[in-house]
Formats: sequence, C-alpha cells, structure tokens
Amino acid sequence: MNITRVTSNKGFVLGLLGLILVLLATLPLYAPGYTPVLMTSFFMYIVLSVSWTLFSSPTGYMSLATAAFFGVGIYTAAMLGKDVPLSVFIIVGGLISSIVAILVGALTLRLKGVYFAIFTFGLVMLIPQLLVFWELHVYGTRGRFVVVIDYNTIYYAMLIISMILMVAAYLIRRSKYGLALQSIGEYEEAAAHTGINVTMIKVITFAVSAFFIGAAGATMATRWTYVDPYIAFNPLFSFLPVLMAIFGGMRQLSGPIIGAIIFAYLQEKLITTFTELYMLIFGIVLVVAILYLPNGLMGLILRLWKRIQGGQHANT
Amino acid sequence: MDLVTILDIVIGGLLIGGIYALIAMGLSLQYGVSRVLNVAHGEFIMLGAFITWVLYTTVHINPLISLAIVGPIIFIIGFLLHRTFFRHLLTSSPVLGEIIILGALISWAIYELLKVTNTGNPLIAIIIGIPVAVVLDFIFHKTLFKGMGTSPPSPAAFEGSSLLATFGLLYIIQNIAIIVWSSSSKGYSFLASPVNLGGAVFGANRLVTLGFAVVIGLAFYLFLVRTRLGKAIRAAAQDPTTAGLMGVNINQVLALCFGFGAALAGVAGVLYSMCFSISATMGLERTIIAIIVVVLGGLGSIPGSFIGGLLLGIIGEIVKHFEPSLALAAYYIIFILLLMIRPKGIMGK
Amino acid sequence: MPILEGEGVTKYFGGLAAVSNVDFHVEQGEIVGLIGPNGAGKTTLFNLISGALVPKSGVIKFKDKNITRLKPHQICRMGVARTFQSVKVFANMPVMQNVLLGSLFGVSIGISSAGASREATELLEFVGLSAVRATPAKDLTLVNQKRVEVARALATKPELLLLDELMAGLNTTEVAQAMELVTRIRDKGITIFMIEHVMKAIMGVCDRIMVLHHGEKIAEGTPQEIATSKTVIDVYLGE
Repeated sequence: MNITRVTSNKGFVLGLLGLILVLLATLPLYAPGYTPVLMTSFFMYIVLSVSWTLFSSPTGYMSLATAAFFGVGIYTAAMLGKDVPLSVFIIVGGLISSIVAILVGALTLRLKGVYFAIFTFGLVMLIPQLLVFWELHVYGTRGRFVVVIDYNTIYYAMLIISMILMVAAYLIRRSKYGLALQSIGEYEEAAAHTGINVTMIKVITFAVSAFFIGAAGATMATRWTYVDPYIAFNPLFSFLPVLMAIFGGMRQLSGPIIGAIIFAYLQEKLITTFTELYMLIFGIVLVVAILYLPNGLMGLILRLWKRIQGGQHANT
Repeated sequence: MDLVTILDIVIGGLLIGGIYALIAMGLSLQYGVSRVLNVAHGEFIMLGAFITWVLYTTVHINPLISLAIVGPIIFIIGFLLHRTFFRHLLTSSPVLGEIIILGALISWAIYELLKVTNTGNPLIAIIIGIPVAVVLDFIFHKTLFKGMGTSPPSPAAFEGSSLLATFGLLYIIQNIAIIVWSSSSKGYSFLASPVNLGGAVFGANRLVTLGFAVVIGLAFYLFLVRTRLGKAIRAAAQDPTTAGLMGVNINQVLALCFGFGAALAGVAGVLYSMCFSISATMGLERTIIAIIVVVLGGLGSIPGSFIGGLLLGIIGEIVKHFEPSLALAAYYIIFILLLMIRPKGIMGK
Repeated sequence: MPILEGEGVTKYFGGLAAVSNVDFHVEQGEIVGLIGPNGAGKTTLFNLISGALVPKSGVIKFKDKNITRLKPHQICRMGVARTFQSVKVFANMPVMQNVLLGSLFGVSIGISSAGASREATELLEFVGLSAVRATPAKDLTLVNQKRVEVARALATKPELLLLDELMAGLNTTEVAQAMELVTRIRDKGITIFMIEHVMKAIMGVCDRIMVLHHGEKIAEGTPQEIATSKTVIDVYLGE
C-alpha cells in the first residue's frame, strides 16, 4: 500500500482530526483530575506558539511582544472577571490586545524590521509600568484578585480557542493573504510593487495573532488567583513560544504545535527538580536550534519524509 | 524651580546619561558593524556590575581598578561569542543540530530503558547516546540526505535569527547569574562621601562615574577616528564587501566590534554598580533604554549614541523629578515620536 | 496626453543630487529608452516613478493623475509595473506563485482565484516559462528569473511597464529573445519605458531615447539623433 496515497487522502486526514477532537472534547470524563490541567497548559502554549508563528514566520518580523499581549489578556480578566462572564472577557481581552497590536503595528511596521523587534521587546516592561501608575492614581490599589473559574471550563475554553486558531491559521495560509505574507518575507519591496499593501497586511495579521494571545491570557488568568502588573507581564511568555516555534520548525503549522507539546511537557517534568537549571537548558536549546537547526524538528522530519517518498517513486 | 533643583536635575541626568551613553555606544557598534541586534547587551552590563561587586566585597578591589579588569574579560567573552555563534548563522549547516536532536532522543530512550533495570544514570545514557547519534546521522547523510544542501540566509533572515539567538543568550546568561547569585538585589558603598556643587549635593562616586564615562567615551571615539583599526571598523560598517577587498579582515573586525561593544557594556556596568544597587535581572530594562538611545542618536552613529545617552539621561531626570515611576514611559514616548517623525534619529545616516 | 510625465523631478541623497530637475514624458504605445553612464540616476528615476522613493521636488503624473507621493502598491494598482535591476523574485516560492501574486493583487485585485490562475498560466506561456511553473524561483537561471519578474509585472495588468536593465547579464541570443519579448509586450498595447546599457537593444527597439548624466537630462531624441549626438558621445567617451 502506497503510504503517500493513504496519508494525503483528505478523508483520512479529516477523519483522524475528528477522532482527535472527540478524544480531546471528552477528556475530562475519562481522565479527570490533573490531566485536564496539564492539557490546558499544552493548549495554552500551542496557542501562543502558533499565534507567534502566524505572523513572524512568513514575514520574518520577529515579535517579542507575546508576553505583552498575554499580560493584557490576564489583566483584562482580572479587571472584568467579577462583573462579566468568561466568554465576554476572553473576547474583550483578545480585542484589547489586537488594538495594542494595531497601534504598535501602525507605528513600527512601516519601518524596517529592527524597529518592530525593538519596540515589541520593550513593551513587556513598559505596559506594566503604565498599569502600576494608572492603578495607583485611578484606583488607589495595586494588583487585584482574579475571579475563580473551575478547571474544566478553562480546559474547554482553551480547547475551543486552539481549534479556532488552527482553522484560522490554516485558512490564512491557504488564502491569497497567506501567499502575500510569504512574499513580504521573501522580498518586501517587490511585494509592494506587485500591488500588495504590505503595511496593512502586516498590521492586520499582527493584530489577528495578538487577538488569540490575548484571549489565551484572559482564559488562563484564573491560574494566578492574584495578579499585579509585574506578575501578569512575564518575559518568559515571549521567550517560550519563540523557543517552541523555532525548535519545532517555523515553516509548517505543525512545527510550533510539536514544539509546544515537547517543551510544555519538559517544563512540567523539570520545573520541580531543576527549577533554575531548566530555563538555562531551554536557553541553550534555543541558541543551538537557531544556529544548527534552522528549519526545526519538523523541517528535519519533512526532509526525511520527502526522501522516503522520493525513494518510493524512484523507479517510475 | 530654583537653581539648585535645576542643577540637581541636569547633573544627575548627565550622570546616568553618561552610563547610558557608554551602553548605547557599545550596542551601536555591534549593530552598526556586526549587524547583530544584541538584546542580551544588558546582560553584559549586569556581568560587569556583578564582577565588580564580587571583587569589591570579597577581595576589596577598588571598583575603579575593576574597570581595567572587567573591560578585557567581557571583551573576550563577546569576541568569542561572535566567533563561535554568530558567524555560524551565516553558514547554517544542520548537521550539528541533527546530531544533538538525535543524541538527545536516543539518550533519553536509553535512560528510560536503564531506569527499568534500575541503573538509570543520565550520564551513561548520554555517553552511549551521542556516539550512536553521530553514527546514525553519518549514515543518514550518506543515504537519505544525499545531495540535500542548505542555502545561507538572506541579510534580513540573518538579522532575524541573530536577534533570536541573542534572545536565547539573554536567557542563558541571566539564568546563570540567577543560579550563582540569586535574584535579590546587591550593592556596595564606595566613595559615597558628599560633594557640594553650587548648592546641589552629590555623592563623590557619581561625579567620578560621570568623569570616567566621559573619558572612556571620548577615548573610544578617538580610537575609532584616529587609529588604523578604528578606521577599518568604520569601513566595515559602511561597506563590508569593499572593506574586505581593501584588505580588511572582515571576520576579525566583526568579532572585534562585538567584543568592544560588549566591553563597553561591561565597563558601564562597573560604573553603574558604583552608584546604584544591582540585581541579576537588571539587564532587560537597561537594554531597552540603550536601544532607545541608539535610535535617538541614530542607528549606526556612535557619536549619536553618546549624545543621545546624555540627552535621555537628562530627560529621564526631569521626568523622575515629577513622577519617578514614569521614566521608562517617558523614554518610550520619545521613541514613539522618533518613529513617527524621524526614525533616522539625530545623527542617523 | 502622455501616459507618463514628470516635471522638475529632483532627488537628493545627502548632499548629492541623484536626479536633478528632470522633465520627461512617455506617450502611450511608445517604447522609450533611458540611458546614461553608471550612476547617472536612471534607477533612481524609476524608483521615483514607481513610488519606492519620494522626490524632493517636482511632479510625476500618470494618465494625468498626480502619483508623486503615492505608495508603490497604489501606483501598481493604477497600472504601472516594473522590474528591478537586481532581480527581486520571491526566491523560495514556485514560479507560478510568483506570477499569481501579480494577478491577485494587481489592477484586477478582486479577481477570483480560478481567474487568477488562468491569467498566470497564460502569462507563463507568454514568457515561455510553462515548463518550470512549479520550480522555486531561486533554482532558475538568471534569464528565467528575469522572465519571472516580467511575467509577475505583466500579471498586474499594467498600461505602463518600467524595465530596469532587462538585458544585463544576458548573452547575445538571450538579448535577441528579450528584444523580441519587449516588442511582443508593446504589441499587447503596453507602453514601455526601459533602462538599458546594451546599445544594440536600445537602438533596435526604442522609438525615442532619453539620456541622463549626473542626474540631469542631457539629450533626448530618436535613436538616430542620439547615436550621432556629440553631447552623448562625449559623455560616454569622456568617462
């Protein structure tokens, strides 16, 4: 049986995805307790790394703002959580993140990529400082308690957000905008001369990716029980998605997913025994991956796959 | 506002500005010549500060003498980093990565297997795993991967990857520091005796710091303008290919620049530790400020970075006088204004 | 009414005038050549027309509409396309995708994806690249990469095509083929403004020629007039 024919059969792929979806949807029923909590983490990292890849991979503009959008989401949940249902503050968190992204994009995406990277890099420090100031003068407080939501609801929320993101990312990639994004990464000047409004496409894509990151933050906020600006805005959440996407491979959507699962799992395993060491190891892995594995794990696997496929057709 | 307060603000601003200036000059050198936006720059500041602190608190070495120690050490670190890592970004061969991945996977499998037989020693697993991975990868390349080459990244891709590589470096250095020194604040007191300047009072350490910052900055500028090596560096910044044709050893110069840039940050760290408390996580905010200074002064202009640093220091002091917590926000507003009106900066080309 | 005209167009780089007070016009259906020694400002002028650069002073009009300060994608969608001196194809994308982008985002931006595919396929046929439609652009020869650029530019449905040194780096046969392609493009009704160094091509194909030197226009006329102009000969020989 020809492997290629089976796995590229659309029905097969859809059937497989459907099965996975059913398994995931019923997870809390057959594996209650800690498993949904762990899976929620996995989904969170999948959303973060896929969202990051959605924009940064085709265009080559390295966003270091993931932690900023995530923090915006968390803080939105903290502020609105008591008065407003989950689905609403998740969407609001996403929208506010998008608005921040549009502002940042309008400012920096008309210029060279380095300005964008710089600006996004500092956001994770700037926004909490502004928030502290604002909270102090407007509310006279600092930090707030987050509304408590049960873990199963959060699990389903993250699952739904992940699914929507997958669909969105897939559709964007297949559409003419996906092609345009790629051309911007290849040669931005030429893309502009081919009729592509490069600034607008960059800003909109950036805003879309920010939406999902913010929504994820709003969903996960309840994990923290109490947040203040410096807890909500943690540079770690800019670093980890980048690590996951680079290691997993930026060219395919499967890359960040694999990377997210691997490192979320590793983090779980290592955080108790090697609390400080594991971050160091992750840093080393990132540098090594960037230097020596430019297309990530998936890139490696795909090359192997192509070779195997090629081997099957060698005699035709 | 009386004269004393104004003097207070201006001189205070120049003090911190001098440190910013050095940091920004280093960053500008790295970006302008080596084309690497080093977001880990602040970590070199932190290292310089901590080395000084350790030397002072354990062996009582005068921080001013530490300047001469820290400079070369951090220079060497930066130089070696560029020689080993960043140069490899231009010639991305995936072999080592494949070996590491395979080695990790195989070692882990062996480790899990050994655990079953109760002899689970990770070291043994690694010692077996890596040679196996090397052999496997060799076989792969001879059979499956035969004829599959890789192409070097475009300049834009290189800038993107080097940015992320320095991002990884940030985490590596910062976490080493946290492991060694923990994340709490440290400090020491040196030359803290007050000096009176026209009514405004400053610690002697701050004035000494400013003095040294200016002297070092000027010395470096003269180095760039007067010496042969300095001219080679400036040539490489303008046009690396032509400079190479003119007999400049480009790879050497790129690594040297990275080293000098890091050294400037380290030296700034020494000066910083003389006046302020330090912590293992101090790097991030200094890097952000340094980047804003570099943009203000003009990407690629070293004198611009110096002036920009002093300017931003004064502006920061003014803002801090009214609202201490909004200094970074003020810097960002300047950044935003620059991006809107004149991204090239004051002296940008 | 000329399809393209410029008046007093000036551009400085630092203290140096790359283009200095240049007037120009291109009539519909013409093939106009732009020549001059290296550094004369030819590509800069193209950059000013296509929107990649903004002039310090002067006005540029396309079909009587002021395009001086418009962005490249806006100018493209009005009907001006260009190729580049150093080939700027989308290296890692297949040839078909390169051209497809032109159809999808050019003048006919609302087009269906099936329609765009059809157009792109036809254009690949027109330039002779049908055989390599699935090859990544970076794997093509220089000649073919230039063809990709031309096809991509044509896909945006221009009325005016700016060709920047199309023949650079081509051998004699390839130059002849390129000349023929240029004529075929004109036969489709597209006006052409081309920068060239290859004299045979310029003289053979152009209706009119403009000469730039140190950013200034020093001569303009038919190929015959230019070939015999003392000013032009001095400029080239004096270099």
